[in-house]
Amino acid sequence: MSASEPKGERRLNMIEAINEALAIKLEQDPDVIIMGEDVGYFGGVFRATAGLQEKFGKTRVFDTPISECGIIGAAVGMGAYGLRPVPEIQFADYIYPGLDQLISEAARLRYRSAREYIAPMTVRSPFGGGIFGGQTHSQSPEALFTHVAGLKTVIPATPYDAKGLLIAAIEDNDPVIFFEPKRIYNAPFTGYYDKPVEPWKKHRDSIVPEGHYKIPLGKARQVQSGEALTVLAYGTMVHVAEAVCQAKGVDADILDLRTLMPLDIDAIEASVEKTGRCLIVHEATRTSGFGAELSALVMERCFYHLEAPIERVTGFDTPYPHSLEWAYFPGPVRIGEAIDKILSE
Amino acid sequence: MAEKASEKGANRPALSLHVPEPKSRPGEAVDFADFPVSVAGAQPRPDETCEAIATSDLCYDLVRVLGDDDAAHGPWDPKLSSDTLRQMLRHMAMVRAFDERMFRGQRQGKTSFYMKCTGEEATSVAASMALASDDMIFPSYRQQGILIARGYPLTEMINQIYSNKADKLKGRQLPIMYSSREHSFFSISGNLATQTPQAVGWAMASAIKGDSRIAATWVGEGSTAEGDFHSACTFAAVYNAPVILNVVNNQWAISSFSGFAGAERTTFAARALGYGIAGLRVDGNDALACYAAQQWAANRARANAGPTLIEFFTYRAEGHSTSDDPSGYRSAQEREEWPLGDPVMRLKKHMIGLGEWDEERQEAMDADCATLVKLATKDAEKNGILGHGLHHPFRTMFEDVFEELPWHLQEQAEQARREREIKWPDAPPYDADEFGDAS
Ligand SMILES: Cc1ncc(C[n+]2csc(CCOP(=O)(O)OP(=O)(O)O)c2C)c(N)n1
Repeated sequence: MSASEPKGERRLNMIEAINEALAIKLEQDPDVIIMGEDVGYFGGVFRATAGLQEKFGKTRVFDTPISECGIIGAAVGMGAYGLRPVPEIQFADYIYPGLDQLISEAARLRYRSAREYIAPMTVRSPFGGGIFGGQTHSQSPEALFTHVAGLKTVIPATPYDAKGLLIAAIEDNDPVIFFEPKRIYNAPFTGYYDKPVEPWKKHRDSIVPEGHYKIPLGKARQVQSGEALTVLAYGTMVHVAEAVCQAKGVDADILDLRTLMPLDIDAIEASVEKTGRCLIVHEATRTSGFGAELSALVMERCFYHLEAPIERVTGFDTPYPHSLEWAYFPGPVRIGEAIDKILSE
Repeated sequence: MAEKASEKGANRPALSLHVPEPKSRPGEAVDFADFPVSVAGAQPRPDETCEAIATSDLCYDLVRVLGDDDAAHGPWDPKLSSDTLRQMLRHMAMVRAFDERMFRGQRQGKTSFYMKCTGEEATSVAASMALASDDMIFPSYRQQGILIARGYPLTEMINQIYSNKADKLKGRQLPIMYSSREHSFFSISGNLATQTPQAVGWAMASAIKGDSRIAATWVGEGSTAEGDFHSACTFAAVYNAPVILNVVNNQWAISSFSGFAGAERTTFAARALGYGIAGLRVDGNDALACYAAQQWAANRARANAGPTLIEFFTYRAEGHSTSDDPSGYRSAQEREEWPLGDPVMRLKKHMIGLGEWDEERQEAMDADCATLVKLATKDAEKNGILGHGLHHPFRTMFEDVFEELPWHLQEQAEQARREREIKWPDAPPYDADEFGDAS
């Protein structure tokens, strides 16, 4: 789908695609501003905002004090004025000091003011593991946010989607949590950590058209069509699941959810009704993870089509360990076992 | 719907946003001409039990003991014995040797990450030497000097850095995120400033129980922007807690200069005044001043006279961590021309001036430190380096999440065991305590 109508055959990695989306919105909309720790002169610890301060000036792209509470709170205030802030939280693991401003304030502002005020911010933050970051540079806290009424949660898995989804998120009037899977910033990752990684430029979804385009929030991406089982995944795990299905020769119907809230329930239902089997994959801890929500939805809506119990493959319910990273990571073995189990029923 | 940003208030002057900018950027010349360096020995030393407000001037001044002549001056001179001075110098030299080797080890692929404290050694070594060995430390990630001063074995530090099978923290934490209860050194968190209210809480507990131990915390100037730090100050003031809040102002927080933590407007020490806490602003590259200030604050806390906020004014001479390259955001000249010099060199020259030291002994000491670090490294390497199979067994990943293993973690541990047998069928038995697996 993504590679079918490219205007130009440029290939970008995820960071470049995100940078371009930000530049386009800064250019188009004088109300867009970017702020966060080290995002200004330096261009961000992952380089996502590189060059933007130089191009758009210090009052459009600027560093902040190290206070996630201050960053999100200020973004609420700027939104109340009428700006469209795009704050960066340096790592998802560091978003917690800002939770009160997100959960109690940004998420409910429209509701509690009966539309007098909105919080049209997009909070960008790298998340997920696979980089030996230990417990404070590896977490996947998306379920904390999908649990909050009033927040949208978006997670791209390819450069093409990262650009289109980020533009859509910035233009959206709701507060959006935009989690960027840092493990695949520079190259897609298949979970076979001991094999060399292929760069993005060899991947079909690294063709990123120039200029403005949007991918609507709430629409899943069909990664591949198949009949044997449905795989629901997002972020890094899309690539891992795809590689495992390929290695096992499984004719899977893989959906990259892209947005967890709002969720593309139609695509999920259509797929599970077709295959009758469902595997859910995420890197986050299992208990009360987003997989639990997906599993419940599939049960409630597709029960009579199911031919096997739904399986969830997830990270373990422990803090993200440092030395045992690859034992923790829900990699090919764990996914492979679950697929075998589903298909054996 | 919200008002559009274009509907501006009429007939009033246009506002403009101030965004801080450091004085120099890469490639630019550095000018320290109007850098306020106070005269060593010129700062008064109030009684430790004084009212907090009596420290007002000291919050804007810079307490210094070592003068340009390398001699000790004024009322803050802690008058340390030559043995103590030699100890101090040696600890600082050891920290430097340790940092050098660990940084190289990371570059050689022995671990994932390392952080040096080059140029800031006095703020941890000298300051902590003024505390009792059982006073409780709540550190940030840049106080390896405290562990070294407290005699924590180098090999243990390196085991942690390598996340190997002898790592006391079981390979769970990022390198340098040490913990040693035995050394009254709290578990280091990656989340900035969280340790500051914890230190206050520990100090309150000590006071509740009529204990005699005090608590001290260290935090970077950038991190003082976090709400946790301000909660710490409020709690410390309200309960007059026996705690020392040390702010290490090394001028940089990754790529953000101290202006992004408020330094364009006031000093970090002066934050104390608004809370009603005593404050001291100290030359952080002057080991004697660091010691003296910490000793003053410790005496104050022990006398139930309340908390102290100390700003150590220093300079982060190296990158933020092995993941950082400072040449991308600051002028290289800054380090070379830092007006407060180097803490190790300044103490060395002072001791030479006293006739207690000389260049030969310095050289021998440096060589000795390098050898000891090398030996400890070799020792630790026997227990493995990161990612080469010698780590704690998989089941340890599930332990300590809760005091007891609930059913779901038992199941997940079983899953991990099965995956391990599929991935590494020839690995030693799962429960072998000696070795991890062959991953
Ligand atoms: C809550 C939180 N936010 C952001 C980070 C990312 N981070 C790690 S260190 C650092 C800079 C801290 O600077 P400073 O407090 O001045 O200490 P220094 O590194 O200079 O010793 C940042 C932003 C973090 N670890 N925790």
